Amino acid sequence: MAVVNEWAFIGVFFAIAWVFPFVPILGARLLAPHKPNAIKQSTYECGVETVGDTWVQFKVQYYIYGLIFLVFDVEIVFLFPWALAYSQLDFFGFFAGLVFVFFLFDALVYAWRKDALEWV
Amino acid sequence: MNDVCSINNLTQCLLDGGVSPDLANLLTILGGVVLVATVPLVTVIFLIWIERKIAARVQDRLGPNRVGPFGLLQSVADAVKMLTKEDITPMGADKFIYNLAPIIAFATVVLIWAIIPFTPLHIGADLSIGILYFVAVASIGTVKIMIAGWSSNNKYALLGAFRTIAQLLSYEVPLVLSLLIPVMIAGTLGMQDMVRAQGSMWFVFMAPVAAVMFFIANLAETGRAPFDLLEAESEIIAGYNIEYSGFKWGMFMAGEFMHAFTAALLAAVIFLGGWWGPFVEQVPALGFVYLGLKTAVVYIFGLILRSTVPRVRIDQLMALNWKWLVPISVANVLITALLLKVVDAIGLAPQSGDFFAHLPQTLVLLVGNLVLMFGVATVLRNRGRAQRLVDEAAHPVEHEDAPVVAGAVGH
Repeated sequence: MAVVNEWAFIGVFFAIAWVFPFVPILGARLLAPHKPNAIKQSTYECGVETVGDTWVQFKVQYYIYGLIFLVFDVEIVFLFPWALAYSQLDFFGFFAGLVFVFFLFDALVYAWRKDALEWV
Repeated sequence: MNDVCSINNLTQCLLDGGVSPDLANLLTILGGVVLVATVPLVTVIFLIWIERKIAARVQDRLGPNRVGPFGLLQSVADAVKMLTKEDITPMGADKFIYNLAPIIAFATVVLIWAIIPFTPLHIGADLSIGILYFVAVASIGTVKIMIAGWSSNNKYALLGAFRTIAQLLSYEVPLVLSLLIPVMIAGTLGMQDMVRAQGSMWFVFMAPVAAVMFFIANLAETGRAPFDLLEAESEIIAGYNIEYSGFKWGMFMAGEFMHAFTAALLAAVIFLGGWWGPFVEQVPALGFVYLGLKTAVVYIFGLILRSTVPRVRIDQLMALNWKWLVPISVANVLITALLLKVVDAIGLAPQSGDFFAHLPQTLVLLVGNLVLMFGVATVLRNRGRAQRLVDEAAHPVEHEDAPVVAGAVGH
């Protein structure tokens, strides 16, 4: 029962956490003036008329960092059970972790050697 | 049976009052949720005041001092003002997610509070996977800035969002890697168990490197100086939230202030022993005080850093993370794992819960951490020296600290 309660708490918390910021925004909508016009709604670029489309192709570097991040993030998920059970593992547990982290680090070294970490 | 009804025995109280068990349970949960979720809302008002006051003192100003005693009510006045400001949606904005972003911004930060153990008794939900829950919820924070920047239809906002993707994704790696070490030592993912495991020795003494990594990564995750590139005023004019006004903008700001404090709170819980302190087992309510004090130390240190250090460039930011923090974190995980096994093998592992039983293990881990720190410092110094020599060969400079010759003219 206790475990169910903990997760029920999280469930209710998720619902309430969305309501909390929503209420003042709704309140502001009721209280604040609302007189839109074309100049007011134009894109803000320090007074200069905006040129061209905003949603354009962007630098591939961001995407490469995303890929490297993915390597680490997925592997760290596997490291958590290892760390959690670490006190119950014998010395072999350390070597298992070492080999796993070696492959994790291998990816970083590869990316580093390929100059994927340089901001160009 | 208890005569006084409080949040501690609400279920029993309701049952005695003739409410059905299911409803009593639900009401207890609802009461707890509202209580836990209100704490950050109230705190944030004072956090903004503290932050402005400290920033002002560092810059030799007075800060807010007109509204209320010591300007304490300044944030309340600001909130009222924001309520009456016109909410402008720019042309061509993606309306639905444009309006969703500020709500996510605040909600994700409030969500972290569900798992924070305030005292031995008071915790929202003592999940058995508390740390994983924190990692999961905190990473939603990236989404809010991305969709805010993307949906605003503004080039500054989009640039801010791109930087955010790069920065927040990258710094999540050392953040999570540094969390592995307390998990390894304590053997638990639950927050309350994590604090209990620090009863005789705080983790900051066993894993100082992990604590520093956690602090630095959190500075970047919360977008604080020197890592505040996502909203660099002088380059991209506030970045992702440039087009927001009124209370939606307020939600971003409140979320940001709150996130910085929440990060300090987590650092206090995970590394500084949370609610532990003298007599806390007899009087659980003292836990609030101890946790508050420890959090204040971390938080105020972050604030002073914020107002004293300049912003880094994006290439420096990424290099710092991928070439320094990530390798150090990985090495730290391995060193700690090895030392824990060595300590176990030679019989120094703590057998009982008192301070002296933990001392040998702590000393071994501390020495391991110091060796790692020294190694990093040496490499850093050598690299810095090499880089400086290269720079000086390219651009010879006159040393301004050279002794001034008496009577020299035309300097």
